[in-house]
Amino acid sequence: MHRQLKNLRHVMSPLDLSVEELDHIMELAADMEKNPAKYAHVCDGLKLATLFYEPSTRTRLSFETAMLNMGGNVIGFHSGSTSSATKGESVADTIRVVSCFADICAMRHPKEGAPMVAAAKSSIPVINAGDGGHQHPTQTLADLMTIRQTKGRLDHLTVGICGDLKFGRTVHSLISALVRYPGIRFVLISPEELKLPSYVKEEHLDPHHTEYKEVIRLEDALPDLDILYMTRVQKERFFNEDDYIRMKDFYILNEEKMKLAPKDMYVLHPLPRVNEISVDVDDDPRAAYFKQVYWGMYMRMALMFTLLELEVKE
Amino acid sequence: MLNVGSIEQGFVLDHIKAGKAMTIYHDLRLDQLDCCVAMIMNARSSKMGRKDIIKVECPVDQLDLNIVGFIDPNITINVIEHGEIVEKKALGLPKEVRNVIKCKNPRCITSIEQGLDQIFILTDPEHAVYRCKYCEEKYHGHRRD
Repeated sequence: MHRQLKNLRHVMSPLDLSVEELDHIMELAADMEKNPAKYAHVCDGLKLATLFYEPSTRTRLSFETAMLNMGGNVIGFHSGSTSSATKGESVADTIRVVSCFADICAMRHPKEGAPMVAAAKSSIPVINAGDGGHQHPTQTLADLMTIRQTKGRLDHLTVGICGDLKFGRTVHSLISALVRYPGIRFVLISPEELKLPSYVKEEHLDPHHTEYKEVIRLEDALPDLDILYMTRVQKERFFNEDDYIRMKDFYILNEEKMKLAPKDMYVLHPLPRVNEISVDVDDDPRAAYFKQVYWGMYMRMALMFTLLELEVKE
Repeated sequence: MLNVGSIEQGFVLDHIKAGKAMTIYHDLRLDQLDCCVAMIMNARSSKMGRKDIIKVECPVDQLDLNIVGFIDPNITINVIEHGEIVEKKALGLPKEVRNVIKCKNPRCITSIEQGLDQIFILTDPEHAVYRCKYCEEKYHGHRRD
């Protein structure tokens, strides 16, 4: 029998958590990093199910490490081909079965909205670990925590977002989460073909009266930024090869370009990186993309701790 | 014109686009109701040229007519009690539309999950924008097929 909860909650999108709840989770994550022993047994006897219908490296390992760090165990599958999905089992049936075994579940699925179907039938908390090109809330939690830890705050920041702003789900989620903080400005750096879609502006930027400007050259934006969020520009997004060749080197961040940036401008990237951040930037103290992975794990710990309504025994 | 007797209690759906009565019959799930339904199709109309009309004899609380506003806001609904028109229903956009339209996003879970209702939520009443509950794919405006 799984852990009985007073209030069964699921996390499908970063907006399922209020700013106050996010602050609390971030404080908890920071405390977990500082005092690992305090949380080493809070999940004794509890199980996380990682239901990954498509392969993932960072997210699955991050969730599993998060649960192991709290003394719990992990069950699950790592691709749709090793689950009953190959026999035609529905997501709704799978989660009903898993609810009998586990206390909490992280689900990644290639189909958009699949974790929501699971949540509707589940008796344990379901966390969306990425559903197609739709949502990936724990990536956004990692992004927010990294900004908070590097800059010391989440308000009054100029955030540059560079690369594929049209299709990048992490970009849309991050914007929707950051606009809730005061004094946020965005500099949107992309080629014409990959500009931020108007619906994201209408739904997130305009209602919060968030200031933003759109530029094409990364070099023009760099001197003014507090945070630079890099994304990958994919070849298949372009209509013709010439445009791609023209643009692909435009958005390679290297040490030469980093000289244009302030000394306290940190670089984030949701990973995997291909060539958009040159490896010579990795040793720059402002490179924060591996710290994102590090903080992402603590945020997943804090999120599961919160959803499982756990307490630390002093 | 063909004569269909008046009803004692129920609804008259008028000004339906000619040829669409059968679709509305199914959308309102009138086939699942144990009541008398009359459908007049291709009737002459001074306003529309041709139109369809549906008369439903049933208790007035038995039918959820909100969906009609989504299907076609030009349809008019008269509520009949004791053989008299007691109300002309104003049509608004329903907050939720269930199993009337299908999500067109091939990456949406509704494309593969069996037995899953197709649910659209009204997210922008001003512009009549609905979004798939699962993948948030946009559906614009009223259904005009």
